[in-house]
Amino acid sequence: MPTTQAPNAALLHRDGVREHWTLFSLGLPALLLVFVMLVVPIGWLFWLSFLSDAGAFSLEHYRRLASQASYARIFRTTFEVSLITTGLCVLLGYPLAYLLAQLPRRIAALCMIAVLLPFWTSVLVRTYAWLVLLQRQGIVNDWGMGLGLWQEPLPLVHNLAGTLIGMTHIMLPYLILPLYGSMRAIDGDYLKAAANLGASPSRAFWSVYLPLSLPGLVAGATIVFILCLGFYITPALLGGGRVILVSMRIATDIELFFNWGAASALGVVLLVLTVALLFAASRLVGFDRLAGGAK
Amino acid sequence: MTGWLSRPASETQITHGRRLWLYAVGGAVMLFLVLPSLIVIPMSFSDSQYLSFPPPAWSLRWYENYFGSLEWMQATWTSLKAGLLTMLVATPLGTLAAYGLHVSRTRLGGLAMLVLAMPIMMPLILIGIGVFNVYVQFGLLNTLAGVVIAHSMLALPLVVLVVASGLKSYDMNQERAACSLGASRPRAFLLVTLPQIRFSVVTAALLAFLTSFDEVIVALFVSGGQNSTLTRNMFLALRDQIDPTIAAISTVMIVLTSLLLALSQLFGRSDR
Repeated sequence: MPTTQAPNAALLHRDGVREHWTLFSLGLPALLLVFVMLVVPIGWLFWLSFLSDAGAFSLEHYRRLASQASYARIFRTTFEVSLITTGLCVLLGYPLAYLLAQLPRRIAALCMIAVLLPFWTSVLVRTYAWLVLLQRQGIVNDWGMGLGLWQEPLPLVHNLAGTLIGMTHIMLPYLILPLYGSMRAIDGDYLKAAANLGASPSRAFWSVYLPLSLPGLVAGATIVFILCLGFYITPALLGGGRVILVSMRIATDIELFFNWGAASALGVVLLVLTVALLFAASRLVGFDRLAGGAK
Repeated sequence: MTGWLSRPASETQITHGRRLWLYAVGGAVMLFLVLPSLIVIPMSFSDSQYLSFPPPAWSLRWYENYFGSLEWMQATWTSLKAGLLTMLVATPLGTLAAYGLHVSRTRLGGLAMLVLAMPIMMPLILIGIGVFNVYVQFGLLNTLAGVVIAHSMLALPLVVLVVASGLKSYDMNQERAACSLGASRPRAFLLVTLPQIRFSVVTAALLAFLTSFDEVIVALFVSGGQNSTLTRNMFLALRDQIDPTIAAISTVMIVLTSLLLALSQLFGRSDR
């Protein structure tokens, strides 16, 4: 039997391999688009970042990044703003995700609209809303003073406070969605077991539920932090030029000074940081969780 | 009510009454998420330049400003065209890729997925200036085609993810059955598989449209002149001052987004 089947099996195997490759090639147009529109442009920026103004290979742009205090300050601001925003998102997002994950599915789906609607509303619209709400004669100041909470209009926008409020609002869904997904997947029997073994509800939460929800929390926080590092629109509009992030410096280097070398070097550093963080997080919680949590 | 308060709320038997604070916090966060964009809607009907709330008098003047302005209308058409074309490019490309990678199961598939997911991982500002640099060399700056190509790339990861998740819940044996009954692979895909994942594909298409319609940074760098997009014009206007016309435009955008989301929910529900 095996002797007659062997050539046939080989043939089948070859057919199978060919079919696999044919099917795989269906992805080629999409891969080509990403290659031409993403890999080539960003590779080009890499190249530009290593060229001096005279066109020779040099590290001068990176040397300037390392030596000028203004760049160090921009990177520090970017990290601080991203870190605080991520922290605020965890603080606000964890309780809501926890609550949603324990509600009956139908009610949770209804409440999810509150997360999904802002998620899909244009970032520009939401940033505009905050500009209006937080301005000197805006609603927040009007009502705060009307209630006697403060006497003078507070400077809430075109500064750090405005930037943080706006960024937290825009990033929050990115934290809640992956966290909610991982919380839904937690088996309630673990908690029943903990309760049965005498754990108080808070003990059961801290030593059973929280550790089980950590992968989703790490995935969400990583996505938020990475998106903050490269965020442009909201800090540019709500920061009022007082809070300069890396992305804004890149934009002004191009728009005002046409300094491709400096902008590219900044971009390369930003990219390397992003990729390193993504890599570290995917080693920690798996790539699928990260990809599934992003839009 | 008191009955509900003393009923257990979770597996740890904690009662609803003892976690009222959690409901309060959750509700407050939900309001924080939803209210800011919603409050723009009544304010767009305000008569006042300063957008106080509640508006001292109602009027449609900001809508007249918007719909009466040649520049805003042109930008709106550009954005609508770019969104539709992006949808038409990204949906078939992404669907084919998701299907191909799902069925072929080669070892390269994981790597290909990673490459296709790259556009959502990269800082947009970097994509913006990179694409700008390339377009300068090839004369694609300020063209509709340029915007559509860049936006299609940005929309691909979404399409691939949504269609791939649709394929995961689809039983591939149905397509194998069609093939064993003599259908060619493309025919089996078009007549058997595609109709069953059509809701994922429609959802992916709507999301591709929204991705393009809402995109700001890349459009800021590569679009302009006659082909300036709506979001680009809004961003530039907001950099100078808080123009209440933007409230009217924002309201139109919120309505459009909600409609598309409701549609995708409607389709998505019947997929299961």
